[in-house]
Amino acid sequence: MSSKKSGFTAFCLLVASMLVVSACGVTTPSIASPQAPATVVPATMAAPVLLPTATMTALPTPVEIFSWWVGPGEADGLAAMVALFNHEYPQYTIVNAAVAGGGGTNAQAVLATRLAAGDPPDSWQAHAGQETIGTYVAGNEVKPLDDFFASTGFGKVLPATLLPLISKDGHPYSVPVDIHRSNVMWYNPKVLAIAKVTIPVGGFTNWNDFFKACDKIKATGKVCLSLGPEGFTAMHLFENVMIGTMGAAKWDGLWTRPPTTNWNGPDVRTSIANFQKALSYTNSDALTLSDWQPASKMVADGDAAFNIMGDWAEGYFANAAPNGLALKPHVGFDWTPAPGTQGIFVFLSDSFVLPIGNKNPDGTMAWLALAASKAGQEAFNPLKGSICARTDCNPAFFSEYSQGAMQDWATDIVVGSLTHGVVANNNWKAAIDTALKLYLTDPTRADQFQGALAAACKSAGSCQ
Amino acid sequence: MLRKFTLHIPHMIMAIALMFLGMVALFILNTARLVIAGKDFTSLALILSGLITYCGVLIVVIMFHNEKVLSVGLLLPSIAAVAVFVYGFIGWSIRISLSRWQGLQPDYTWVGLKQYVLLFTDNPRFIIDIRNTGMFTVLFILGCLALGLGFAILLDQRLKGEAIFRSIFLFPMSISFIASGVVWAWLMNPSTGDHLAGINLMFHLLHLDFLISNWFTSPQPWGMAYTVIPAIWQLSGFTMALYLGGIRSISEDMREAARVDGASEFQIYRYIILPLLQPITLSAVIILAHMSLKIFDLIVALGNQDIRLDVPGIYMWTTTFAAGNYAQGAAIGVLMLISVAVLVVPYVVSTIRSETEL
Repeated sequence: MSSKKSGFTAFCLLVASMLVVSACGVTTPSIASPQAPATVVPATMAAPVLLPTATMTALPTPVEIFSWWVGPGEADGLAAMVALFNHEYPQYTIVNAAVAGGGGTNAQAVLATRLAAGDPPDSWQAHAGQETIGTYVAGNEVKPLDDFFASTGFGKVLPATLLPLISKDGHPYSVPVDIHRSNVMWYNPKVLAIAKVTIPVGGFTNWNDFFKACDKIKATGKVCLSLGPEGFTAMHLFENVMIGTMGAAKWDGLWTRPPTTNWNGPDVRTSIANFQKALSYTNSDALTLSDWQPASKMVADGDAAFNIMGDWAEGYFANAAPNGLALKPHVGFDWTPAPGTQGIFVFLSDSFVLPIGNKNPDGTMAWLALAASKAGQEAFNPLKGSICARTDCNPAFFSEYSQGAMQDWATDIVVGSLTHGVVANNNWKAAIDTALKLYLTDPTRADQFQGALAAACKSAGSCQ
Repeated sequence: MLRKFTLHIPHMIMAIALMFLGMVALFILNTARLVIAGKDFTSLALILSGLITYCGVLIVVIMFHNEKVLSVGLLLPSIAAVAVFVYGFIGWSIRISLSRWQGLQPDYTWVGLKQYVLLFTDNPRFIIDIRNTGMFTVLFILGCLALGLGFAILLDQRLKGEAIFRSIFLFPMSISFIASGVVWAWLMNPSTGDHLAGINLMFHLLHLDFLISNWFTSPQPWGMAYTVIPAIWQLSGFTMALYLGGIRSISEDMREAARVDGASEFQIYRYIILPLLQPITLSAVIILAHMSLKIFDLIVALGNQDIRLDVPGIYMWTTTFAAGNYAQGAAIGVLMLISVAVLVVPYVVSTIRSETEL
């Protein structure tokens, strides 16, 4: 062998031995500080070596919270709750794994991937109701919260009509943190004054009275009811028309298994007729708007009289620029229940769940305890613009609208929103969404729409 | 083959060392995890260990001095990766499309072709998808070919700033469809009256009000035709580049001969250049069609999930991730694959055949 070749051989042997030595230096899953470098531990070929507990208690263990709260208001609320948590539970530290976009659809797609890979976060945001039950409970990803509700007394401070909606077979599965109301109709008092329209105390009692008011508004050249694009705004309007037409009991009856209200029956038919009439009073460029905000802005600008939108619109109207329009309540904007829905609180709620198989179960319990506590909800909700799920929060922290909403939350009949995942799971809601979008392309085809809704009920496995 | 085997001790030692090292690493990583600075590198380390072992094997193969075996051996990791991650997953998608998986828990119950049957019967949304894709594909291909050929002929006139124009025409291709979709959505804003914006506003300011259009909110099915405009804007430069290369490769002698014979420029283009460009037209059609059959990002940026502009890609995404209908999503995906394969496979087969004939 030439010396060149023997030198080369020696070099290769040296590299090989170096790689062998470094391959021995593997560490084990450490739930200690994430900044720990790779340590050289004598490799035993047996089960992973755990670091001694002494090192673990010195550093806070991470609790990974997954949400889609990245926008103005909601991100602030989450930050306030995280700060409170880190203060009260110094042995844990929150890892904020929020995913932006799509009103939660992007986050849910990422979450589905993680759950399929067996890597659940320590808790995640989910809409309370069938979106949780139909997706995560049916998928065996979360545990029931009976013990938690019993030991913290959380169930006693929630409205009685709420508990069945967040439970399956009597076992609650989520900890509601905030409550938003869907059936709010925002209006511009100046536009109503010009058209000489007065709203009866407590709101319009039925849609026919509302249509009479719309005729007066139309006569002044303004749009009566502003509507946003196809996304969720059309379904939002549709559910409020349905609840306002058929009432709370029949609305609940649509979603029982099997339904006690017939999807092919006269209640749904009248609702669709009212919806068709309501669409005739909406702005013609509805489908071209980018999101719900331009439709609400039409009311703020005085181009439209009414806009039915959830109470996250209150933040948009009242907050300071650049996130809001800085309008004064009762002057620049005002509110009333959607026609036909007095005494009804159509709710949606963001909640947290107790996963199966996550890395830090004790951390999860601590987070749920905070999310259910009075202090936690009082820290989160005023910043987000929602109200507490608990009925005992201090009203002083909240805006005038929210104080009224808190009173209604405690006294009204609570029913669930379809648009925001309370009464129907994702699959059923998507089928209704497709039927609704097809209907919007031609609002005269009411029978076809009703047939498609009945078919959606069948394909969801609820109707026969 | 064995006759050519020459044992080279240093190489053999290295090969054995590498194989040993790789297998030891694989064994360790099977039971423990590799965490560096808080990030889990186990899967990456597993791949590297496998490759190290394989390097050792290859060194032994080199000693056999057989080119065929060595070339197959060098390609084997890539072939294996493609086989698993492309064809394996395609097969898995086909398997899922033949099930009724709905929701987070997999459900592989065999239902045969039920998902496909349901898509084609009593599913107005899928019919809209097919119609939209067909219209988009036809208009997109025709537009790109026409514009691309036009630009190529123009640039063929040996202008002074040819390189600059060529670059300018090619620039749009480098933009992602999402970005151009968002900008064109602003330009093609369909609002009229008080909320005029975008190109409609420009028409109004130029007193060309009769041109103001509802763009893609026009009555169907023609609304979909407007979505073709950004696509053509982006890809006509690519078609132009293809054609320009083809036109340049036609020797000047043929044109000279035609001119001597008394043919006008137009006749030269029509009878000589265009027929010779047929193979390029074919490859351009294949590439553009395979893009348009799978179009997703442009339509989603333009239409914001307006159902009148629905295409199979968008339907697959919403039904899989928003509704959790994994089986239906897989079926739509397989149908998209088949529609592209019908186009691409014959072309590739004929290309390979003609190349081997040469």
